[in-house]
Amino acid sequence: MTIALTVFLAFVASTLGITYWAAKRSRGASAYFAAGRRITAWQNGFAVAGDFMSAASFLGLIGLIALQGFDGIFYAVGGFVGFVAILLVVAEPLRNSGKYTMGDVLAYRLQPRPVRALAALSTLTIATLYMIAQMVGAGALVALLLAGSGIGYNTAVVGVGVLMTVYVVFGGMLATTWVQIIKAMLLLACTVVLTGLVLKHFHFHLLDFFGAASRVAYHQKGELVVKDFLEPGLHYRPPHGPLDLLSLSLIFAFGTAGLPHILVKFYTVPNARTARNSVVWAMIVIGSYYAMTTILGLGAAVLLGPDDIVAHSGTNMAGPRLAQVLGGDIFLGVVSAVAFATILAVVAGVMISASTSFAHDVWTNVIHHGVERSPRESVAVARIAAMAVGAAAVLIAVALGPGSNVLILATFGMAVAASANFPVLALSLYWRRFTTAGAIAGLTAGLAATLGLIVAGPNVMGIDPPGAISRHLIQARPWFPLENVGIVSVPLGFLAAIAGSLVSREPAAEAKVDELVVRANTGLGAERASG
Amino acid sequence: MDSPQENSPLSSIPQPNYARIAGSQPFKRLLAVKRMFIIPALSFFLLSFMSFVVLVGFAPKLASMRVIGTVNLAYLCALFQFVLGWMIAGLYLIASEKFDRLTKDVLAQTDRAKIDAPCGAGE
Repeated sequence: MTIALTVFLAFVASTLGITYWAAKRSRGASAYFAAGRRITAWQNGFAVAGDFMSAASFLGLIGLIALQGFDGIFYAVGGFVGFVAILLVVAEPLRNSGKYTMGDVLAYRLQPRPVRALAALSTLTIATLYMIAQMVGAGALVALLLAGSGIGYNTAVVGVGVLMTVYVVFGGMLATTWVQIIKAMLLLACTVVLTGLVLKHFHFHLLDFFGAASRVAYHQKGELVVKDFLEPGLHYRPPHGPLDLLSLSLIFAFGTAGLPHILVKFYTVPNARTARNSVVWAMIVIGSYYAMTTILGLGAAVLLGPDDIVAHSGTNMAGPRLAQVLGGDIFLGVVSAVAFATILAVVAGVMISASTSFAHDVWTNVIHHGVERSPRESVAVARIAAMAVGAAAVLIAVALGPGSNVLILATFGMAVAASANFPVLALSLYWRRFTTAGAIAGLTAGLAATLGLIVAGPNVMGIDPPGAISRHLIQARPWFPLENVGIVSVPLGFLAAIAGSLVSREPAAEAKVDELVVRANTGLGAERASG
Repeated sequence: MDSPQENSPLSSIPQPNYARIAGSQPFKRLLAVKRMFIIPALSFFLLSFMSFVVLVGFAPKLASMRVIGTVNLAYLCALFQFVLGWMIAGLYLIASEKFDRLTKDVLAQTDRAKIDAPCGAGE
């Protein structure tokens, strides 16, 4: 395991070097919150990819495909589709009309205080859900990687917490961006090699590989079954399965475009044109990555077998274990270190979006009525917020312990983004009649419906047979039948936002529409790059 | 009002006449041209993705039809989403050359454009 430690320590050392370099360069609020708006298109593309491809996309996804076949592959497609909405409707107007956060665009023509307060609440909720997923992944990884070394789940969680806090507190957005760029490159390289190793096992005969994936044998309730892993329906079975899938697809189609930690990345580039090109870079990186994970997941199902995965590595560790079987302990070490780097980079990105939202939306605009008293103060507030967010995430992750599939946890965060953030963001940019009441209704309904239905659904509620390994939090029959809440919560978010606008009138908001539309489409008056 | 632009350094510069720009011909043309690309492109992509979802969820028999070897329609449709996404991105990059030209027209006819450098669009 020394190789793993070496690779990991080299990554940590180089990222700390970057943090030191960024801290020396970083002067003022725009440098801290938006990397001085000087990131180039390819750099931001890789950074967005590094921000998005989380422990969920690597550890969770491969395990899910290995156990559920095509129903897991659905998540790989879903992770990609949201970027089309980002490219076509969100990235450029956001860059042109905002400053540091999603709240900037929402508050542009509405009453800033209530809208920003709610935007910050939903940002912090998404950040918490995402962080829990990453921390659980980190803990599980260390348990596999350093088994027998005495370093356990809790130590790993605290370690991740301290490192990400250092990146964010000292290096700000510039350090976070470079950590994400390096991580995206490492992850992509690892995936290419691992995919090559899987296909090499089949002498690069693709049809042989898919042939093997079409007859995977494993035990189900004590009986040996053989299933075609390319066939849909292993997990999402009737009666509710198809609806659940539809529900999930709504979350994917709109959720990514509402994720605060992705949106803030478009403030780090000099102009809308660069923002546009950077989304295309991100789509190339993310699309090829997810296309390869379908091979890795099916490869794990074929070469390890679902029985082995369930027995030895658990749902989150199928990828690293595949690396061990194909490339030996050295490659396992490299892959685990890269997975760990993945977690660090995503957690740093989520954390900086949460602390920026607190400093800019809550502190400056809600508490101090939009008067930025000094850039130094807002950066200081963001740093303190980052430390608080880091501490909270560590405590929650330690309290929860290693458990469910990290991909499912991250999907909850994306459900909030799709139901609360996206409807309000899209309507405020594209609907003239949108009002403050509409924004408040949309954000509140989207957030409440998502969280409420998750708690009332089969992920939290259920009756476990005695002796079950994983237990539901609430021992009762679920009130809501679907695992994915999007089919109710996304339309509800839109409807509430539209209804709230229709029952209210806000001449001040309508008067500023022209200004927002002109700025969003031409870049007139947009924030400029600085040192 | 404490909207974002008012606490930015720009507040010291007189604001451009946004209403006039919004009503001008070049700006209307820019919006129309953008809409003509974005609405069909996004609708087509979402429709394609939703058809894929419906195929997989509600017609599993058809989705499991094998096309090449054991590779079935569902898997090919999954890969097609990636290809379609990339194609739309490529077409958007081509179309956006025109958006950028039209944006320059808008800014050129705005007096303010000479002071407020067009950092959001164009080069």
